[in-house]
Amino acid sequence: MHLNEQTITQLAPLLQARKLSSVELTRSVLERIRALEPRVRAYLSVMETQALHMAEEADRRFKRGENVTPLTGIPVALKDNLCTQGWPTTCASKILQNFVPPYDATVVARLKDAGAVFVGKTNLDEFAMGSSTENSAFQVTANPWDLERVPGGSSGGSAAAVAADECIAALGSDTGGSIRQPAGFCGVVGLKPTYGRVSRYGLVAFASSLDQIGPFGKTVADCALVMNCIAGRDPADSTSASVAVPDYASALRADVKGLRIGVPKEYFVEGLSREVETAVRGAVARLAELGAEAVEISLPHTPYAVATYYLCAPAEASSNLARYDGVHYGYRAADQDNIIDMYTRTRHDGFGTEVKRRIMLGTYALSAGYYDAYYLKALKVRTLIKRDFEQAFELCDVIATPTSPTPAFRAGEKTGDPIQMYLSDIFTISANLAGIPAISLPCGFAQNGGHPLPIGLQLIAPVFREDTLFRVAHTYEQATDFHKKKPTL
Amino acid sequence: MPSEKVTEADVRHVAYLSRLEFNADEIQRFTHDLNNILLYVDKLAELDTSAVEPTSHSLKMQNVFRDDEVRASLTNEQALANAPEREGPFFKVPQIIQEP
Amino acid sequence: MELEPVIGFEVHSELKTKTKVFCGCKNAFGDPPNTNVCPVCLGMPGVLPVLNRRAFELALRTAIALHCEISERTTFDRKNYYYPDLPKNYQISQQYAVLGRRGYLEIEINGQTRRVGINNVHLEEDAGKNVHPETAGARYSLVDLNRAGVPLLEIVSEPDIRSRDEAEAYMHGLRSLLQYCDASDCKMQEGSLRYELNISMRRPGDPLPDYRVEVKNLASMKSVLRALDYEIRRQTRLLEEGRKPARETALWDDAAGETRTMRSKEGAQDYRYFPEPDLVEVHIDRAWMERARAELPELQHQRCKRFVEQLGLPEYDARILTQSRPLADYFEAAVRLHNNPKAISNWIMTELLRVLGEEVEPDDLKVRPSHLARLVGMIDSGAISGKIAKQVFPDMLETGRMPDEIVREKGLVQISDTSALESVVAEVIAENPDVAEDYRAGKDKALGRLVGQAMKKTRGQANPQLLNELLRKTLRGE
Repeated sequence: MHLNEQTITQLAPLLQARKLSSVELTRSVLERIRALEPRVRAYLSVMETQALHMAEEADRRFKRGENVTPLTGIPVALKDNLCTQGWPTTCASKILQNFVPPYDATVVARLKDAGAVFVGKTNLDEFAMGSSTENSAFQVTANPWDLERVPGGSSGGSAAAVAADECIAALGSDTGGSIRQPAGFCGVVGLKPTYGRVSRYGLVAFASSLDQIGPFGKTVADCALVMNCIAGRDPADSTSASVAVPDYASALRADVKGLRIGVPKEYFVEGLSREVETAVRGAVARLAELGAEAVEISLPHTPYAVATYYLCAPAEASSNLARYDGVHYGYRAADQDNIIDMYTRTRHDGFGTEVKRRIMLGTYALSAGYYDAYYLKALKVRTLIKRDFEQAFELCDVIATPTSPTPAFRAGEKTGDPIQMYLSDIFTISANLAGIPAISLPCGFAQNGGHPLPIGLQLIAPVFREDTLFRVAHTYEQATDFHKKKPTL
Repeated sequence: MPSEKVTEADVRHVAYLSRLEFNADEIQRFTHDLNNILLYVDKLAELDTSAVEPTSHSLKMQNVFRDDEVRASLTNEQALANAPEREGPFFKVPQIIQEP
Repeated sequence: MELEPVIGFEVHSELKTKTKVFCGCKNAFGDPPNTNVCPVCLGMPGVLPVLNRRAFELALRTAIALHCEISERTTFDRKNYYYPDLPKNYQISQQYAVLGRRGYLEIEINGQTRRVGINNVHLEEDAGKNVHPETAGARYSLVDLNRAGVPLLEIVSEPDIRSRDEAEAYMHGLRSLLQYCDASDCKMQEGSLRYELNISMRRPGDPLPDYRVEVKNLASMKSVLRALDYEIRRQTRLLEEGRKPARETALWDDAAGETRTMRSKEGAQDYRYFPEPDLVEVHIDRAWMERARAELPELQHQRCKRFVEQLGLPEYDARILTQSRPLADYFEAAVRLHNNPKAISNWIMTELLRVLGEEVEPDDLKVRPSHLARLVGMIDSGAISGKIAKQVFPDMLETGRMPDEIVREKGLVQISDTSALESVVAEVIAENPDVAEDYRAGKDKALGRLVGQAMKKTRGQANPQLLNELLRKTLRGE
C-alpha cells in the first residue's frame, strides 16, 4: 500500500519509531495531489512549500522526541473556510479571493501545535452553502468514485481528498450535513460533533448556531484521533462548551453489547433509494448480530426539518455575510461613485447565485412583518425537533439512519432546482438543529456500471456522546470491509 | 400556484436591505425562487407552536465572559493589509451618502 | 394655544473599561487611527465576540442605580444595517431581553423632585468613526475603527420631560449618576457621552402626539438645549399654523443653529433584530444582584448627606459639591489632606467653580486637591493671610505649583515673628503720635488705623492677630 493510502493509526507508530519520515510521507501525498488534481479538483490551493517545511519540523520533533502526538507529521487538508494565518482563505468565493487572514482558526492552531502538516485548502460550496460543491466560484470537484458525479457538499473537497488519498485526514464544517453527506457520497468517515464541542473561532460563519467543524478520516479511529486534538473549550468562542473531553481513542472498543440502536420510521419513506435502504437496514441488522438491540423509534417532526433549516440558516447567513462589503478586506467593485453603489455592486459581483438566494431568503425571513411568521416560527419548530431527539434518546443510545436518500448524484443534476438540492440534506439537517453529534461511515455500495457508489450510514447520539458514536461506528467498521475499498482512479 | 407571496417589488426591497442589486432577469428569477421556497417552508404553519419556546442557540449556556485585560492589537499595517483601498492609516471608501 | 413640549432622551455612554466590549483591544481615546483594532473588532471572517465582564458589570450597576427592573436572563441581539464605520454591518445590541427596564431618574426642579421614567437600559458596541477629508470636493471618506467595539450603554428615557429646564436637569442628573457609578468618563467632547433627543408638542393633558422628531448630532449639552429651543419654536409655529410636524429624524446643525431632516419615518430602517448566535445568555441570579447592590458606589444624595452629617458642611455647599462626582472627589481628597471642610468648600465654590464647566473638569485642573489643601493649611497655621492666599491662587491655577513655593518666591510669607513686628509697631506709634493718643484716650477704633499702617509697612505680610496684640500691649505700656 502506498504511504498516502494509509491511516493515522497505521502511520503514527511508523513515524514515531522513525521508520518513516514525515517528509517522505508528505511527498507521497503531494505527488498524489499532482497526479490526481487535474481530474478530482479537490484543492483550491496546495501548500507545497509550507507542507514540506511543516514536515521537516515534525521530523525534528520526532528526532528530539518532544511534543510528539498521534497527528505529528500527518498530512492534513483544511476546508477553505478555516482561517489560516498568512495563507489565503477564500470560502470558494470571489468576494474573498484575495483575503489573507492575520490569524489562525483555533482548530488550525491546535493542529499546528500537534505537529500536523497542512497540505492545502479544499474546495467547498461558496460559503459552505450547498450540497454538491458545485457552488464553488472556482472549480467543480469530482467524486473520486465516479468523476461524473458530485462529491457532495459543502465539504466536497475535503471528502474527495480523503477518498482519493490526496491527504491522510481532513477538516470540514457541517451546518446541515456538510461533513456527513459528502463523507457518505465519497465513502469515507465524517463526524459532525456536538455543537460547542469544537471551537468555531476562525471558521468563516455560515449559520453560527448550526456550524460545527469536524474531521474526515479513512477510518473511525482516525476521526477519533483528530477529535482528540481539536475538541475542547476555547476562550475565544463563547459558545464552546466547558465540558470535559474524554479520550476518544479509548472509546474505540469493538463492542456494542446491550446498546440500543434506534431506527426512526420517518427516515425510511418515499424518496429513499432502495439500495440505500437495503444497505442501512443491513447495517442495523449487522449491529444487532454484534450484540446491539434495534428498536423502532419515532422522530415525528422530521418532515419539518428542511423547512426549519431553510429559515434559520439563511437568516443567520444574511447577517453573517453582511460584512463582505468591500470596505475592510476582500473584493471591491472598482470605480463606484458612492458607498451604496459600491456595496451593491461589490456584493452583486462577489457572491454567487446560491449565496445571494440565501441572503435574500434570510433577509426576508427577518424583515419587518415576517419575523414572527417565518424566523420565529422556525425557532419554535427547532425546539420541537430537539425535543423529538430528547424523547427518542430515552428509548435508545444511538440512532441509525441513512446519511442521504440517494448515493452521489450527477453533476448538474440538481443545480436548476434549489429545493431538490436542499432535500438531499433531509436526513442530516435535524442533528444540526438539535445540536447533537452525528457520524457518517460507509455501509455499502450502490450499483453504477463499473463505478460502484458508496452509501453512508448515519449514527446520531445525544449531546457530547461522540464516544458512543465512535464505539458503535468502530465496532461496525471492524466487522465490515466497506471502508477498505478504494475508488479506481 | 396560490397567490404569490413575494412580488418583484418585495424582492427589490429585500435586495436593497441586503445591499444586493439585480437586473430585471435576476429579479424575476429570485421572485420565482423565493416564492417556491416560501411555499415549501409554509408547511411549518401546520404545526401549532403557540405554547413552544423558540430555540435560537443549540446549547443552553450562560455567563461566558472574558476579563477586562488588554490583549495585543494588530499593527496599523496588519489591519490595513487586506484593505481594497486605503489612505494613510485609514480605510478609504467612496463618499457616504444618506439612505434614499 | 398653550403648548408644552414632550421630550425624551436616548443617551449613549461609553463605559470606562480597559478593553473593548467583545475583544481585548484597548478602549482608549485619541490613539493613532486603526491601531486599537484586531480581527474581532474589524469584523474579519470567522472571528467571534466574547463579552467583557467589567463592561457588563458597569452596565448592571448603572441599571440598578437607575432603579430598573433587572432581567434575570438577558440576551444579545444583532441590529442589522450597513454603514462603513460598522465593520460587520450589524451592531451587537440588546432588543428582546434587555438588561434593565422600567427605571427612573429623579431630577430636581425649583426645589421639587420629579421622576423621569427610564424605558430601558442596555449594553451594545460602539461604531468606529468616518472621517471626512479636508480636501474640498473630496468624493470619499476615511474610516478609523479604534472606537468600533467600545462598550456603549444606551439609556432610553420615557417621554416624561416637559420643559427645557427639566431637560437640562435630566442631562445633568444622568451624567452625575454615570460618574457616581464610575461607569463613564462622560466627556462629551470625546464622545463618551452622547445625547439624542426626541420631541413633540401637545396641549397639556392631551395624549402623546402621534409624531415625534428625533434629533441627532448633538455635541454638547449646550447644543441639546439650543436644538430643543429651535424645535419647540419650529413645531409650535407649524402647529399654530394648523400644520402637523412630520415624523422624522433630523440632524442638528450647530453652525446654522437649525435641524435638518435626515430621513422621514416613512423610510424607517428595518433593522431585522435577531438573537446573536455567537453570544450566550447572561443569567443574573439573586446572589449576583445582592453583590451588585452591595458594591454600588455611594451615589450623589448619599454623599451629599454624608458631607452634611460627617463633615459639617451646610446643605447648600454639600449639594453643589456633589453635583458632579469628580468635584466631590476633588473636595474630599483635599479634606483628607487638611481637615477644614468648610474652608476648602469655600475655596472651591468661590475660586474653582469659576473655571470649571462643561469643557474643564476637575481632573483637568493644574491645582490638585493637595495644592488646595496646602493653601488652606497655610492660612490656618497663620503662615499666610487669606488675602495673600487670594494673591497666590491665580499663579497656582496657571502653573500648578505648590503655594509654599510661590509664597516663598514672591516673599509673601506672613510675619508672625514677634521681634520682627515689635520694631514695626514702635515705628508706627512713633510716626502717628495723635492716633496713639486717641487710642490711649479710649477710642478703640484708632487701633484699626495703626494696624492698617503697620500692614502697609509689611506689604500685608504681618500676621494681623499678632499685630493687634502687640500694638495693644505697647500702647498700654505693658
